[in-house]
Amino acid sequence: SSTPSRKMSEIELKTTPRDPRFPNTNQWQHCWTRYNEWVLCLKRTGLDEDACKQQRKFATALCPAEAVEKWDEQRENGCFAGVQVDE
Amino acid sequence: LWLLTTRSLVQIQPKEPLIKITYVFFFKSCFCDAATPWQFGLQDPATPIAEGIIKFHHELIFILVFVVVFVSWMLFRILVRFNIEVHPKPTDVVHGTTIEIIWTLIPAFILMVIAVPSFALLYSVDEAVDPAVTLKIVGHQWYWSYEYADYQTEDGDFIMFDSYMLPEDELSLGDLRLLEVDNRVVLPVDTHIRLVVTSADVLHCWTIPSFGVKMDACPGRLNEASLFIQREGVFYGQCSEICGVNHGFMPIAVEALSLEDYIIWVSTQLEDVLF
Repeated sequence: SSTPSRKMSEIELKTTPRDPRFPNTNQWQHCWTRYNEWVLCLKRTGLDEDACKQQRKFATALCPAEAVEKWDEQRENGCFAGVQVDE
Repeated sequence: LWLLTTRSLVQIQPKEPLIKITYVFFFKSCFCDAATPWQFGLQDPATPIAEGIIKFHHELIFILVFVVVFVSWMLFRILVRFNIEVHPKPTDVVHGTTIEIIWTLIPAFILMVIAVPSFALLYSVDEAVDPAVTLKIVGHQWYWSYEYADYQTEDGDFIMFDSYMLPEDELSLGDLRLLEVDNRVVLPVDTHIRLVVTSADVLHCWTIPSFGVKMDACPGRLNEASLFIQREGVFYGQCSEICGVNHGFMPIAVEALSLEDYIIWVSTQLEDVLF
């Protein structure tokens, strides 16, 4: 059918690249930095989510879903410990 | 005969016709990608790391056999030549500078010889390569969950599933007891994969001997490991960090597919996520 072939052409083998700032085995800092880079992008573009899709993808590819959900909730509740965005 | 009986448990699915014919007509053999009864050696390698581990193991065992034979021979000779019946008056030698220097320097030299391939393997395992696929692995009591967040729908949903061991009454003929799972991890061959391992509760450990991969799943840590699978097949492993009553019953099964088949699998899974 056409749907799988359409999806296949959209699937590209791309993931969060290595960050030489975080060479160690424990990648928590890397994950936290990627998420904050997305929030920074939102801040810079005036909360334009489409423009920050790449950063969001990099953050969600690396960070556990539980952590991303927790931080998203914290941002909504205004108790996020990272980059602050004034809405 | 030993090979056939011990290794016939693991099935292979060679796709190339020539290899399939060779296997069927010339020798019935399988890759040992799972633990087998009375297994003595390591499982067959499927990654460069596993090949490196086996090579280093061969180099080390050679030296170890030499040391064991030498020490056993010395012990045996001393017991035979210097026991109280044969040699009633023991010697009163208390110093021997030359021999003491020799038996200090030679073991030190042996250790240096061992260190060369050891460090070569250790540093090559840490080679920094940009991955093409990221697989997130979360250990729970007592199952694994996997996330493929590289491929997302427009709403940001992605492939996530739990992987429980198949209980004995759900096994099909040919399945491996305590190793089969309901949802296998699917990964592409000849692709650099980043594994990110963590835990949702206690310590676990994600292990696949054929891949030469063993990474602790620690709560509060995202442990990164790299993987490059060189052949298709199904590879098994078991949790390797004591985590409670079902620690022995949370295995790992990885199905390595060609890149095309992997992309087809991802598309199919994404459709399920969408609907």
